Amino acid sequence: MLDFVELWVYLTTGPLFGLTSTVIVYVLAQAIYSQLNHAPWANPVLWSVLFIASILLLTGIQYPVYFAGAQFIHVLLGPAVVALAWPLWQRRAALKNAWRELLFAALAGGAAAIASAFILGKLLGLPMTVLLSMVPKSVTAPVAMGVAQQIGGIPALAAVFAVLTGLIGAISAKYIFDFFGIKTDPLGWSQRGFALGTAAHGIGAARALQVNADAGAYAALALAVQVLLASILIPIGVQILR
Amino acid sequence: MKADERHTQQVSSTSTTAPSNAGSMLALRGFAWLLALQTIGELLVRQFELTVPGPVLGMLFLLVALRWRAVQTAVSSCAEFLLTHLSLLFVPVGVGVMTHLGIFDTYGWRIALVLVLSTWAGLSVTALVLRWLQKTK
Repeated sequence: MLDFVELWVYLTTGPLFGLTSTVIVYVLAQAIYSQLNHAPWANPVLWSVLFIASILLLTGIQYPVYFAGAQFIHVLLGPAVVALAWPLWQRRAALKNAWRELLFAALAGGAAAIASAFILGKLLGLPMTVLLSMVPKSVTAPVAMGVAQQIGGIPALAAVFAVLTGLIGAISAKYIFDFFGIKTDPLGWSQRGFALGTAAHGIGAARALQVNADAGAYAALALAVQVLLASILIPIGVQILR
Repeated sequence: MKADERHTQQVSSTSTTAPSNAGSMLALRGFAWLLALQTIGELLVRQFELTVPGPVLGMLFLLVALRWRAVQTAVSSCAEFLLTHLSLLFVPVGVGVMTHLGIFDTYGWRIALVLVLSTWAGLSVTALVLRWLQKTK
């Protein structure tokens, strides 16, 4: 019995627990997601997060202890953002052809997400710091944190909103697209993927990648474009509006 | 017959370990490129107080560097691995949501409503605008 307690203490105080649980839970969630034919509600990020958070709550392990191990996964977000140049480079021919349409759609979609969040949030009486933390929610979490910091939001809150936005997008996008009659031919997949990457960043792009290769490539492209637009235009926009 | 073929294939693939070794070496070299470009980006952002995040600058640098074949071959396998498992990378931040549940005590349903509706607005506007532009082209 004492041995078990000792082992438990060893596991839950070192960084190994956070790293191992993150990878194992995700691999299992991913396997179940594949088994269920990538049903939107079975999203592996959603269930991994819920499962790990439940473990932490049940065992009383503090988040910083978990993160001490999970940070080794987390730091890879930086190189992953850099790696987005690769799908862009691969599609450079198609991009040169369609960059006006794509850029315009990215601007329109990004602006629609920001404006609707800001106006609706203001109508519902949310405080300014919460509103400002919501502005960059359509970009991938590490970038959203940086942008939020610059415009006077709370970085940690921005990361929370970005992750939730990604999950909402990944889970509900199929029904939105079906509602508006977006097709499932190559052109339709490019629209679906590009919209997912624009409104739901990496989590949306990951979803698109799992459903269709074309959709995935356009989602990665949209994610990269949105990161660029958001990190350049949002701080300028906020400065002008002030 | 088929089993034999598979066997010979296996033998030939194990006897030529050099290419696969070179492949994993390339992936590591690609990882070095990604990290180096991100670091350069971060340093420039810090030095010149830029509004663009470091990794985004790194991405732009990589876009330029991909002109060289050596960079292409090194970065391709590493980038594909990272991007295929992109959603895993969001799990640690996602679990971090639990430390900010306090904000949902006060503004819970309002924040949820804003997040859901604005995400739907972003999704539908992007898809519809793109479809409309592609049709008129």
